[in-house]
Amino acid sequence: MILEAKEIFKTYKGLNKDLTVLDNINFQVFKGEILAIVGPSGSGKTTLLGLCAGLDNPTSGTLNLVEEPISIMSENEKAEIRNQKVGFIFQNFQLLPTLTALENVMIPLELQGRAKGAREKAKDLLERVGLGGRHHHYPSQLSGGEQQRVSLARAFSNDPEILFADEPTGNLDEETGLIVENLLFDLNKEKQTTLVIVTHDLELANKTDRIIKLKGGKIVSDQSIQSASIV
Amino acid sequence: MKWTLIVKTAIRDSRKDRSKLLLFMSSIILGVAALVAINSFNDNLVRDIETQSKSLLGADMTVGGNKPIPDLLIASLDSLTSEHSSEVELFSMSYLPSKQESQFVRLKGLTGSFPYYGKLITEPVSAATSYETGRYALVDDGMMIQYGLDVGDSIKLGAITFPIHGRLMNAFGSMDAGTSFAPSVYISGEQMLATELIQPGSLVNYKNYYKIDSDIDLDEWKKERRTQFRNESMRITTIEDQRENLQEAFSNLNNFLNIVALISLLLACIGVASSVLIYVKTKVQSIAILRCLGMKGEEAFMVYFLQIFVLGALSVILGVAIGSIIQVILPIVLKGFLPYEVKMTISSSAIIKGLLMGMLSTTLFALGPLLGVRNISPLKTLRISDDPVKADPLRWLIYVLIVLSIAGFLYSLSGSFIDSGIFTLAILAAFLILFGVAKLVTWCVRKFFPRNASFVFRQGLSNLYRPNNQTQTLIVSIGLGTGILTLLFILQGLILGNVEDMGAGNQPNMIVFGIETDQKDEMEKITKSFDMPVTQHVPVVTMELSGWQGRSKKAWMQDTSRTARRWAMNREARVSYREEMSPDDELIEGSYTGVYNEGDSIMISLDQRYADGLNVEIGDELIWNVQGTIIKTYVGSIRKINFRKMESRFFILFPTGVLEAAPQFMILVTKSPNKQVTADFRNTVVKSMPNASVIDLGSILATLNDIITKVSYVIKFMAGFSILIGLIVLISSLFLSKYQRIRESVLLRTLGAVENKIYKINAVEYAALGILSALTGIVLAVVGSYLLAKFVFELDYNLSWWPILGIFVFIVALTVLIGLWNSRDVVKRSPLEILRNV
Ligand SMILES: Nc1ncnc2c1ncn2[C@@H]1O[C@H](COP(=O)(O)OP(=O)(O)OP(=O)(O)O)[C@@H](O)[C@H]1O
Ligand SMILES: [Mg+2]
Repeated sequence: MILEAKEIFKTYKGLNKDLTVLDNINFQVFKGEILAIVGPSGSGKTTLLGLCAGLDNPTSGTLNLVEEPISIMSENEKAEIRNQKVGFIFQNFQLLPTLTALENVMIPLELQGRAKGAREKAKDLLERVGLGGRHHHYPSQLSGGEQQRVSLARAFSNDPEILFADEPTGNLDEETGLIVENLLFDLNKEKQTTLVIVTHDLELANKTDRIIKLKGGKIVSDQSIQSASIV
Repeated sequence: MKWTLIVKTAIRDSRKDRSKLLLFMSSIILGVAALVAINSFNDNLVRDIETQSKSLLGADMTVGGNKPIPDLLIASLDSLTSEHSSEVELFSMSYLPSKQESQFVRLKGLTGSFPYYGKLITEPVSAATSYETGRYALVDDGMMIQYGLDVGDSIKLGAITFPIHGRLMNAFGSMDAGTSFAPSVYISGEQMLATELIQPGSLVNYKNYYKIDSDIDLDEWKKERRTQFRNESMRITTIEDQRENLQEAFSNLNNFLNIVALISLLLACIGVASSVLIYVKTKVQSIAILRCLGMKGEEAFMVYFLQIFVLGALSVILGVAIGSIIQVILPIVLKGFLPYEVKMTISSSAIIKGLLMGMLSTTLFALGPLLGVRNISPLKTLRISDDPVKADPLRWLIYVLIVLSIAGFLYSLSGSFIDSGIFTLAILAAFLILFGVAKLVTWCVRKFFPRNASFVFRQGLSNLYRPNNQTQTLIVSIGLGTGILTLLFILQGLILGNVEDMGAGNQPNMIVFGIETDQKDEMEKITKSFDMPVTQHVPVVTMELSGWQGRSKKAWMQDTSRTARRWAMNREARVSYREEMSPDDELIEGSYTGVYNEGDSIMISLDQRYADGLNVEIGDELIWNVQGTIIKTYVGSIRKINFRKMESRFFILFPTGVLEAAPQFMILVTKSPNKQVTADFRNTVVKSMPNASVIDLGSILATLNDIITKVSYVIKFMAGFSILIGLIVLISSLFLSKYQRIRESVLLRTLGAVENKIYKINAVEYAALGILSALTGIVLAVVGSYLLAKFVFELDYNLSWWPILGIFVFIVALTVLIGLWNSRDVVKRSPLEILRNV
């Protein structure tokens, strides 16, 4: 088991009354699984992803990520885990604007203190996502699709055990989205990573093993893909 | 911590944002440059002015008495100095053969190269040095005019007749007008013996003038040897003693320069804090990503701290270099404008101070906003939010350190715990008030929002309270900037007015002594006929102290436990009497008794310093010997004399009704417009009342005036300089504010807002900010300057509102203009470029 959520609640303090965004969430993810979280806008998908990845703390409940109780760990301990075992892909790419493509990919490795070989590995990954000739370009000099491919390369650079993606194709046109999607699944297969994708895109969701549906902060269904695709 | 990674990231990260950091650097560079330049300019100018004030004495120190200086003391003096001149002075009748007239003169025989500071000014110029080479005399210019003498005429002094070698145009010595009753004649020391005027029993003053090259603290030196010299009846006078009259000008100058130094440092700090704050804001997203990828909070902090620290250090060094260059170049550039020549040397203390203060303040003020970096949540990668960066509890430590270092800096300037404490509190209060105003403004705008106003107006106003607003930052920085500018402006005006008040232009320059009481009306008539004012016309009675609290002076002097000072007891008292205190004097203790009625006790009024010297208190009994008559008096009041006025000051004042019958003469103080009138007046006075003597203070006043001019200049220059830095910091923090609003503006534009609308929205926002903060700043400045004037400078407070209104309009206009300029930048740039960069 690589990810386990037990009785997760998340509430935001409102002006008049509190807003419960996640309402008693329970699920488990096993190593190698490819999971999609879907649901209407505002249902709490991004919030859940943030919690699972250790970017935020639940109001109550327990979260275990790669066998670590991240819901009770300090920010620095969580940072260590994110750096060693977790990868991220964002809807709006989130590349560091002041670093070149290559440097962006190298960052997680360098954070691990693995300066040696980092450059080679990053170059290979950029090659792998089809940006071999763009090492020294800054994010502002790349198209959206290219930026997302750089961020794919970055996400895999530290050989994560689990990868979180929030609307990875949300900002891209269909064609580019497809290219990124395929790259994501190919790389995932190669590296044997667990993958958690938040998406609106049913087609993308259908390419996964398992779909969790959220509505109003509750899990309304959690099905493996064969049954889900019938619905 | 992963140091190599931190260093690498710091370098990489700074690559594309150099322009933003340039603004950060520029405020440090400017602030430090200003600090160094001001400090060393101070050092240089203050030294220069000190040298000038030495020229009043002509030397660093004089030692004298009414006998030659004993060998014992000579030895101790020789260890101190390499160079001295000696003077033998006596009062004697001189005879002018060509005019068949006699005149009482002050005759000085000089040996050595006195004066060491300033110059003996003579006509012809060469006479100043050549008179010592033989049997020549230099005669006071006023006396020569009075008797119609020319160079080449003769003057008989004692046994010898001297040819007049030149006119003596200036004088040295005490500014106390009363000391020079008679015109001066200079001859060489050798010739003095030949005149045979020095006879046993004749009253001769011996005086040595010393030039001290070492850095020894003369007053300390003097203190240690006081008894030794006193036992030999020798008097030491140092520059410090001489400066009595200038003291007020000097202490005001010092205080003012200290305030300017503090202000320029504070300004630089505001620049640092606001630019780092905005820099961090532009970096929030990057930091969130780094955090998300697993960088620890402390490491992220170190990345940015390193950037800021290294660039800060570079800027400080650059600032020191520029500051040093400025002080070398400035005199060259300003040569034509400076009213005098300044010899500039690079001041190492200014450089060290600049380095230390620059590094300390850069680090501390940058740390405040930087600490927040540790708390930037990685969640910001998932949800773009403009939530303010969460404040760090450690920041309180930084605030405390900042307050402590300001207090420390102030302490290093003032040397007083209480003063620096009060100042620090005042600065804190100013900050808090500005923060309070900012909070109040956002609250009020929200509460009383004009819902029916136009779109532009509503949009502009709501910018004041919406998330990511710059209300606080800008109100504090514009408010502080305006406050400081206004404060400097007001203070400069007040101090200049006060200092120039002392200038020769407003001072009487002539004193007539020895007028008989029955000549009073005639004297006034003569003065008025010359169109000259009668500034003062008062009776003088000379008397001696003969007892205190029932003890005779002799018993009192022999008492070893006595605290009264010898000079105060021995002084020949020149006393006046009047019904009312002079309006320039300040009553400190007791009440002034103007009229004596038969049967009362005689209540007299003493000057504060004199009373301190005698160590007497209100109610003490003092017995006087008024030329044979003994008068018993009591101390009724203690006054503080205004030493800025060149009038006769009386340490002791009697009420009317006591001294009217005592032997006395009158003193008249007046002001002559020029030398010719001075000479004519002197002739007329001496002809109609031969007993009177006319003393021209013109030359001493000219020296004084020179110093005043310099002091005024320094004040103007320093105020101008730091007003300039203030403006630059203000302008750059306004320019920086662009980054805060850039995304909103671009979005608005993308949503189809017309250029014009964006301009108007920004104009409304900046106008509101400008008006509120300028207003607050001005109020703070008025209050602050009032307190400073009252408690630090001890000046009367007055304010002219027009220039302040001008400052207000200027600041508001400047704020709006820069606001518009900032939006122009948004409007002109491609939205795409900005969206990608953000
Ligand atoms: N900081 C916050 N304060 C208050 N409410 C919040 C905050 N962050 C999120 N929410 C609320 O939580 C709910 C869930 O938000 P979330 O972003 O997780 O939705 P989502 O499922 O990702 O939506 P979308 O598909 O539109 O991205 C929303 O109703 C949102 O308003
Ligand atoms: Mg979402």
